[in-house]
Amino acid sequence: MGSFFGSCPLPPDISPVPKRNMARTPRSDFNGNLARREKRLAFLLLFPTFILVLGIVLLPLVANFWISFKPVTLGDLRPPSLIIKETLRGTVNSPGDIFKIEYRFRNSSLKYPLTEASFRDKVPDGFLITVMDPACEITSEGSQRTIVCKLGDLNAKARGRLNIEAVVKDPLLVNKDILKASKPKTLFITQNIMTSFEFTLENYKKVFSAAEFWDVLRTSIYYTVFGTAGALLFGLFAAQIMLKKFPGRSIIRGLLLFPYVAPVIAVAFSWVVLFDPFSGVVNTMLSQIGIVEGPINFFGQRKVDINIFGLTIEFPVALSMVIMFEIWRYFPLSFLFILARMQSIPTDIYEAAKMDGATPFQQFWSLSLPFIAGILAVLFLLRFIWTFNKFDDIFLLTGGNAGTRTLTVNVYEQAFAISNLGAGAAVAVVIFVFLLIFSIIFIRFSPKDAA
Amino acid sequence: MKFWMTGFFASALTGFVWVALWHLLLTIMAILATGAALTLALGPAALSGLVAGVFAALQRPTTLCNRRMIGIILVAFLLFSFSLGTPFDSGGLLPTWQRLLLLLLASVGGWLTIEKTVGPAKVGFMGRYAIEEFYLRLFWGIGLIMFVLIVAVPFYVMVMTSLKSQQSLLINPLDFSIDYSLGVTKLLRSYIELFTDYGFMTLLMNSALVSVATVIITLLFSVPGAYAVAKLRFPGRYWLSGSILLIYLIPAIILVIPLYAIFSQLGMRNSLFALCIVYPATTIPVAVYMLRGYFAGLPSDLDDAGLMDGLSRLQIITRIAMPLSMPAIASVALYVFMIAWNEFLFAFMFLDDVKLFTLSRGIVSLNSSEVPRQHLMAGAVIATAPVLFLFLWFERFFVSGLTAGSVKG
Repeated sequence: MGSFFGSCPLPPDISPVPKRNMARTPRSDFNGNLARREKRLAFLLLFPTFILVLGIVLLPLVANFWISFKPVTLGDLRPPSLIIKETLRGTVNSPGDIFKIEYRFRNSSLKYPLTEASFRDKVPDGFLITVMDPACEITSEGSQRTIVCKLGDLNAKARGRLNIEAVVKDPLLVNKDILKASKPKTLFITQNIMTSFEFTLENYKKVFSAAEFWDVLRTSIYYTVFGTAGALLFGLFAAQIMLKKFPGRSIIRGLLLFPYVAPVIAVAFSWVVLFDPFSGVVNTMLSQIGIVEGPINFFGQRKVDINIFGLTIEFPVALSMVIMFEIWRYFPLSFLFILARMQSIPTDIYEAAKMDGATPFQQFWSLSLPFIAGILAVLFLLRFIWTFNKFDDIFLLTGGNAGTRTLTVNVYEQAFAISNLGAGAAVAVVIFVFLLIFSIIFIRFSPKDAA
Repeated sequence: MKFWMTGFFASALTGFVWVALWHLLLTIMAILATGAALTLALGPAALSGLVAGVFAALQRPTTLCNRRMIGIILVAFLLFSFSLGTPFDSGGLLPTWQRLLLLLLASVGGWLTIEKTVGPAKVGFMGRYAIEEFYLRLFWGIGLIMFVLIVAVPFYVMVMTSLKSQQSLLINPLDFSIDYSLGVTKLLRSYIELFTDYGFMTLLMNSALVSVATVIITLLFSVPGAYAVAKLRFPGRYWLSGSILLIYLIPAIILVIPLYAIFSQLGMRNSLFALCIVYPATTIPVAVYMLRGYFAGLPSDLDDAGLMDGLSRLQIITRIAMPLSMPAIASVALYVFMIAWNEFLFAFMFLDDVKLFTLSRGIVSLNSSEVPRQHLMAGAVIATAPVLFLFLWFERFFVSGLTAGSVKG
């Protein structure tokens, strides 16, 4: 794939001189003192970047595969712990008062045991323990007295209580507030599901056997193919239009980039408000002008039956809207790229073609298109990958409802709505593998630039 | 001879399309500007345009000295008579001066665009080259208007909705007229409420903090990294410069579950710090890629001269390479700022605490039935304004950053 990125378009003004200094150096140059210092410095300069990318990108990528084979839910992220509640009964006011300390304990985890569980609680002086729970004992280090209770192994959900009875000796040293002031400290050993070696194929089984999985995959592919192709096509049109010089061109070029530059959150909600079934401009306008009878729930309606010459076609409303949004938001990108490429085509070849009597369409087909074929292919691949991975747009517009649930929204649904992290990770793996296969096939058959 | 290759047919079609389009656009604008329930009458408009187009084709520039004036009057007259005296407003909802203004705009705009499109066309058969150019002029004009409209309308609705009150939105969603008599505080009520009741100041500060921190961290990491890849010789250099963008193509949705899990277990998920290390990690590869190209373009003689004068490599970076590549660094900074400011996924997943919300995260919670729409749109404007302002101010740097980083989406 490295060669592919070699042909990735660089903006003309970013690298003023072709990579003169990138010429391959013979291996022998790496020897020698100076060269060794240079090598060390290079590694030093790259080290922070390397660590950050490793930790935040590559490690999670591997971790995602790891999680996809594990029965992990959102709840498992909070590690199992021992929960102790302390209650006092009786009065602690004057000498001779009898009171009870009760410790209620439980294993917070619903799944995993705790081993060698124990807790310690600091207690003040000034009282005498009369009845001690057999699990506990009192120790003193200097003047500090501590109750230590050994609970042993606790199964998942296990709970119980320990009782201690005591009699007050010196009310100046002990009262309810002092007794309650110290919180019990717990000690236990538990396994962390994220790091254990417990694996399962359950997540994949669940993902592939789910009734809607193939629908979701199909929606993803429709969304990606039409969104990518549409954005490229609109970008191509826009580039053709902006190629001509006219007053105000640079202002309009800036305006055309707005959808891409503005935050997704702002433009997505603008669309939601614009197409709102009750108070949206589009619906009110359509019904006022007399095109539709009732309001259309653009982002909430799965499909509408359209009759064309007696043929009924099921038209997916919400999915089309989401695709239109995708095209609207990302055509500026293809536009920018294609325009830059077209402006770099030497004008004299067009003059020559004109002399030979080639019409504008012929010029476009046989001159411009071959020149931009390479960049169209690159753009298609990159946009395909990014559109396939697009989550925010659909999530904000429809929440994945009304037939717009793509694989990415499914990752979120599985992992965070149903709280099954493992299944979400499994869907993410499906996405990754799909894109990998697509990229390999695409790069093998993609057209090369004429230039 | 095919009929569609005659100037006569092409001109008639041009008039038909242009005047109908002007009629449509002006009607919609009038509805949005006044809130009046106007109805659309495309038929008469298209018919007027057709006649005007035929006139434009038949009338050579040489035969009438004041062709433009006559054309405009002709379109106005046709629009007026075909619509039986009520162009734009069959219900009589608008005051007379507004109707006259609309008629004037439609006829001036309609005729000028017809004239511009028809140009020096012949009436009869035009030949392949000339007729293709003719139709391309028509499509060019229509295309330009359509593109400007589809891009501008959502932003227009966003700004205008944010200035309306709840009642006026419910009464007539199409009414985007601004009542200046309300005074500034009433008009900007949604904005003021967002800042006083919804804590938007905190959101704004959080977003600014995270974005600026991301820019700084990205530059701190990527400038030395890019310099090393561009100028220093070390094994693995070619492999590295080729594969650095591959990292960039790894989708965020695949990283979000493991990062969520790891950060949760470390107890640092719900913090701006988490965002400040996740964002740079996703932007550094492209920053290295962009800067590497620029650094490689700087002549190596400069570095050698610096070394001769006893500068260390780090000094060369800060005193020679960086000052010379300020345009590229500005591009990277703006691009990274935009990415961080607009980022939604990680902010949405990571942050639970309202005090830590960034703008993206905070505005999502405005999207509920309890919060009025104009507040949501005011929030959208607040989120959009800084980044659009930067974009317009530094467009040149921004565009080169976008083209280099535009694999991102």
